[in-house]
Amino acid sequence: MNIQIENLSKQYGYQKAVDHISFEVRPGEVLGFLGPNGAGKSTTMKMITGYLSIGEGDVRLGGKSVREYGDDLKRHIGYLPENNPLYLDMPVIDYLEFCAALQGVHSSDIGKRVREMVRVCGLNAEKHKKIGELSKGYRQRVGLAQAMIHDPEVLVLDEPTTGLDPNQIVEIRKLIRELGKEKTVVLSTHILPEVEATCDRILIINKGKIVADGSAESLRKQATGQEIIKLRIEDASPDAIMQELRRLQNIDTVELVDKTMNRFEVQSASGKSSRREIFQLCVQKGWVLSELIPIETRLEDIFRNLTTN
Amino acid sequence: MNAVLIIAKKELQSYFDSLIAYIMLVLFLGFSGFFTWLYGSDIFMVGQATLQSFFSIAYWTLFFFTPALTMRLLAEEKKTGTIEMLLTKAVSDRQVVLGKFLSALMLVMIALAFTLPYVITLSKLGNIDAGEVICGYGGLVLMSAAYISIGLYASSLTNNQIVAFLLALSIGLFFHIIFDVLASSFTGIPAQVFSTLSLSNHFESMSRGVVDSRDLIYFISIVFMGLFLSELSLTKRNLN
Repeated sequence: MNIQIENLSKQYGYQKAVDHISFEVRPGEVLGFLGPNGAGKSTTMKMITGYLSIGEGDVRLGGKSVREYGDDLKRHIGYLPENNPLYLDMPVIDYLEFCAALQGVHSSDIGKRVREMVRVCGLNAEKHKKIGELSKGYRQRVGLAQAMIHDPEVLVLDEPTTGLDPNQIVEIRKLIRELGKEKTVVLSTHILPEVEATCDRILIINKGKIVADGSAESLRKQATGQEIIKLRIEDASPDAIMQELRRLQNIDTVELVDKTMNRFEVQSASGKSSRREIFQLCVQKGWVLSELIPIETRLEDIFRNLTTN
Repeated sequence: MNAVLIIAKKELQSYFDSLIAYIMLVLFLGFSGFFTWLYGSDIFMVGQATLQSFFSIAYWTLFFFTPALTMRLLAEEKKTGTIEMLLTKAVSDRQVVLGKFLSALMLVMIALAFTLPYVITLSKLGNIDAGEVICGYGGLVLMSAAYISIGLYASSLTNNQIVAFLLALSIGLFFHIIFDVLASSFTGIPAQVFSTLSLSNHFESMSRGVVDSRDLIYFISIVFMGLFLSELSLTKRNLN
């Protein structure tokens, strides 16, 4: 079941929370939804899951409009809301059974599904406690378990790994990747390495508009017009090397980073690579090129570039 | 199982888990038992095999207890945000409202079922009018249903339980007594309108054993109105 978002908008008073965004997510794809606070991520997710009414435009799940078939479509969605609201006075098992029943799981399968979720989400030790007695990490697992209890085709997860310890984060990411092979997954997060670890595609949204859409790699390519390389060249004085480097055609700027170690940072002219030239220069002069490290633009920088200004 | 029943069952369960149900049962049975059998114009004072005194005291106790039952139904879910989790399950807003309404009504009916020994005791003491007893209980159930739907609406308007309680009580007060007072201080058409709106008039005729379709329509339309408005205000949700 794919998700198609067409020209979706939502307005609160004078403020446009979501401003004509369109995108599509296919089964077998994990989409990472990024954006600063208040960018419209949660609002979009709430409209997909049918909690908020759609302002303008449309959301289609498997070709069916949420406007018309909203209540039927909810059965196919697993949703983990922001802040993970739970009935704190309910025991874990009762809560999961309640959710399964509401989602239309057949009464003979409820026990099996609940056991499965307890196993997958690692809740076995805590399953008889009330949810209010659980730590934040375990509550998060309960939230994930309730979202997946009916084996939905579409998963919408609003910040799924907040409050988890690093081991749990690794597990949950693995689980999401696993689920993403067959299902359509949309997740939002503030943790950028998480997006790289779990998502096939990244969507960055700012002030209600989509500012970037693509894989982590293609975003990098877009963002870095210029190649940046760290160099260490031995057997000559830094000044002589600087001079020679500056003469190379494809090099834009050269900076001496570390005098004693002969380390340089080189920025190539936009769209060009200077690696071969540097190598040949060293061969020609008989210098030893002991380090050549291409610097990848960090996702954080791309994110900051796109969402400030 | 239908979503309405699943929600009703869960809510009823949480009434009992949170002790609200036990407190409500003890207080209701305590009050109504005390005034029916022991104090004031009780059955022995009246000297007739009739449950009139019970019905008139239950008329007041239920009026105060139903807002206490309904105040948390939607307000708490809105406050903790669980309403979002609930409404994104495969249920409609209407099913949520109906399920919650049903759970409170079932609790009131359980409370009323505990007063059936009164009927048995009284039937041993003298000849009771079965029709009057059935109508009286029916009237209490209908009245509770009306106040529950009003309480549910109050609870849907706010995320503060105390506000929901007081709001339900003040809306209920109009039906319970104020319309009746207004009816007696006006004449002509306004008096008729107020007396039609007054819940006590309709309840009194039922508790005397008179079933009038107008009374039934009156109670049922309050229930429908309350549930309809609750659903409407639940649908008009905004991001908090």
